Amino acid sequence: MSLLSVNNLSVEFAVDEGTLRAVDDVSFYISRGESLGLVGESGCGKSVAALALTRLIPSPPGRIVSGQVFLGDRDLLRLKPDALRAVRGSEISMIFQEPLSALSPLHRIGKQMTEGIGFHKDMSRKEAWQYALSWLKRVGIPDAGQRMYSYPFQLSGGMQQRVMIAMALMLSPGLIIADEPTTALDVTTQAQIFNLIREMKQNETALLLITHDMGVVWEMCERVIVMYASRIVESAKIEEIFSRPVHPYTRGLLEAIPTPARGRNYLKDIPGQVPSPLRYPQGCHFQDRCGYAFERCRNEKPGLVDCGDGHLAACFLAYPGREYK
Amino acid sequence: MNKNSQKTSDNKRDPSKSPLLEVSGLKTWFDLKRGIFSRRTDTIRAVDGVSFSIMKNETLGLVGESGCGKTTLGRTLLGLETATAGEVFFCKEPLLKLSRGRMNRMRKSLQVVFQDPLSSLNPRMNIMDIVTEGLVQFKMLEGSREQHARKLLGEVGLDADMIYRFPHEFSGGQRQRINIARAVSMRPDLIICDEAVSALDVSVQAQVINLLLGLQERHHLSYLFISHDLSVVSNIADRIAVMYLGRIVESANAADIIEDPLHPYTKMLIAAIPVAGEKKTARKIIKGETPSLASPSSGCRFYPRCPEAAEICRRRPPPEIRQNGRFICCHLYGGFPE
Ligand SMILES: Nc1ncnc2c1ncn2[C@@H]1O[C@H](COP(=O)(O)OP(=O)(O)OP(=O)(O)O)[C@@H](O)[C@H]1O
Ligand SMILES: Nc1ncnc2c1ncn2[C@@H]1O[C@H](COP(=O)(O)OP(=O)(O)OP(=O)(O)O)[C@@H](O)[C@H]1O
Ligand SMILES: [Mg+2]
Ligand SMILES: [Mg+2]
Repeated sequence: MSLLSVNNLSVEFAVDEGTLRAVDDVSFYISRGESLGLVGESGCGKSVAALALTRLIPSPPGRIVSGQVFLGDRDLLRLKPDALRAVRGSEISMIFQEPLSALSPLHRIGKQMTEGIGFHKDMSRKEAWQYALSWLKRVGIPDAGQRMYSYPFQLSGGMQQRVMIAMALMLSPGLIIADEPTTALDVTTQAQIFNLIREMKQNETALLLITHDMGVVWEMCERVIVMYASRIVESAKIEEIFSRPVHPYTRGLLEAIPTPARGRNYLKDIPGQVPSPLRYPQGCHFQDRCGYAFERCRNEKPGLVDCGDGHLAACFLAYPGREYK
Repeated sequence: MNKNSQKTSDNKRDPSKSPLLEVSGLKTWFDLKRGIFSRRTDTIRAVDGVSFSIMKNETLGLVGESGCGKTTLGRTLLGLETATAGEVFFCKEPLLKLSRGRMNRMRKSLQVVFQDPLSSLNPRMNIMDIVTEGLVQFKMLEGSREQHARKLLGEVGLDADMIYRFPHEFSGGQRQRINIARAVSMRPDLIICDEAVSALDVSVQAQVINLLLGLQERHHLSYLFISHDLSVVSNIADRIAVMYLGRIVESANAADIIEDPLHPYTKMLIAAIPVAGEKKTARKIIKGETPSLASPSSGCRFYPRCPEAAEICRRRPPPEIRQNGRFICCHLYGGFPE
């Protein structure tokens, strides 16, 4: 049985110009101990989807319009507030995309780290301090003893990220939701963090990893979901996505991965812009940037179909009866 | 030093021209308390003797470990941190000694994209006001405020109808692009980009980098491009400088750094780049704790973690060697004088 299963999740925001649907009919699951990658165009709804799982969407203006999020047999979207609070942290912990917005500017790192521990683990204040300190060392922060007394602004961007990572990992939750956790980490520090996460996976901790870095997805995840303009467009095992991408957006994305170059060099991108969530077209959201779009794509939204072995794609080209290469 | 590097060594640099930005011996230190009640403080040597220059129409990529001082270096150039020592000349003006008024006027030519996109945007201003604030101040608006803002948002691939929204209503990557739009709006001479594309998916990242390259081609501006991602940096920079614990340990043309890295730390960085689709081998990670910035060793700072370290590396600071347009700070290339 899966650890977490998300069914038909939709989230909307009320803005001046109308209502925008940031997440549209998203379904997926994560098994115990599994790592699932979530990638997609900037603004496509990855963070909003992740926040919605534990009801962290600011409301208003945000609203979870529909869906279910099952953790075991409990639907998190219908859980009482205190029960939900207990789930956050001990069962699911979250690494936020912008660490400065998640850390309090007014409190020292040590205080912020120890605050949550006593609530979830049976520890005295002193034990909690030592425990937090040991985690600060494990994420590679130099002079960790002194850093417990620092304020967030006194740390570098990557150190702030690692503080967030330590805070999420140290509660040994069953699921870690990590939203762009390594955007400021150089490759060697990144490798160190990923080794920590791998260790946790041996204890059946699952990971939902949102990232723009395809190398990281490749290295860390067993399966990956690709989102475009609020919807899931493809989902498959990691080797499948890289060797046999189906959706034209996924193909474009893989072709845009930068490789080391010899200096200034224009990069391959996907031409065109993503449509505004206020004005999604009637049919497929990718139609205007797609080289293969035909009549049906303009009129109808493609649902996910199985292209074999659990490889799902939301593209009419992949529907049975079409020859598609 | 490898002979091949001569071929690719920088020919664009004309020694008779003076650089746009020239930094020499720059140090920025912070005092850090040992504990809440402690009177003792440690000195964090975030930037500890850095020298480099950037020419007009040139891009210098700056890479290095998390916490090695990249952001502090950028902030010091902008006057947001106080330099402990050193000199900075920008457009021939001594940047660190300018009065507040002159510095403010200088800010038009020296723009920045900060690492944390949310905290650098005023939460109470809408996007139109944010991206055109400088234009209004320096009377550079073309058409109405709204027209100009729409054009700028279009350039970074954002929906122009969003101009009346506020920063918190955007995704992380959208905020990064708002910061970029604000910086390029001023048509500055130099933009300091601190992890400016790090939260963008690869296709939007490519669009933004292409935009930066295009602007450079048209307006001959310069970039100091700080990033943790060497493959990205190598696609935008002419030269790359590698920083380790407050110092630059190697700098050279992008091609030389990528194809013929010399410093053991640079070699490690390049070997550790994860490549999608390649066979997964356990990535080598640097062994040992990150050394303290408060008490760096008297020899080479990379010594405790260096796979090629010799006895002398522990005792003596490494020599600074300049050859074939390259710079390297390592005992391996300086001979062993004893
Ligand atoms: N508080 C809000 N009010 C209005 N719109 C919002 C709000 N938060 C997010 N949005 C919109 O919802 C959409 C999805 O945002 P989300 O943060 O999930 O994107 P993302 O996929 O995480 O992108 P990125 O990779 O850039 O972080 C975006 O179009 C964004 O502008
Ligand atoms: N205001 C401050 N007070 C005290 N220490 C500081 C302050 N700002 C930065 N530091 C310290 O200076 C060092 C360098 O930080 P900096 O932000 O320059 O690193 P960085 O290279 O940008 O790292 P990252 O890649 O993680 O962003 C770090 O040890 C940091 O904790
Ligand atoms: Mg996001
Ligand atoms: Mg930084």
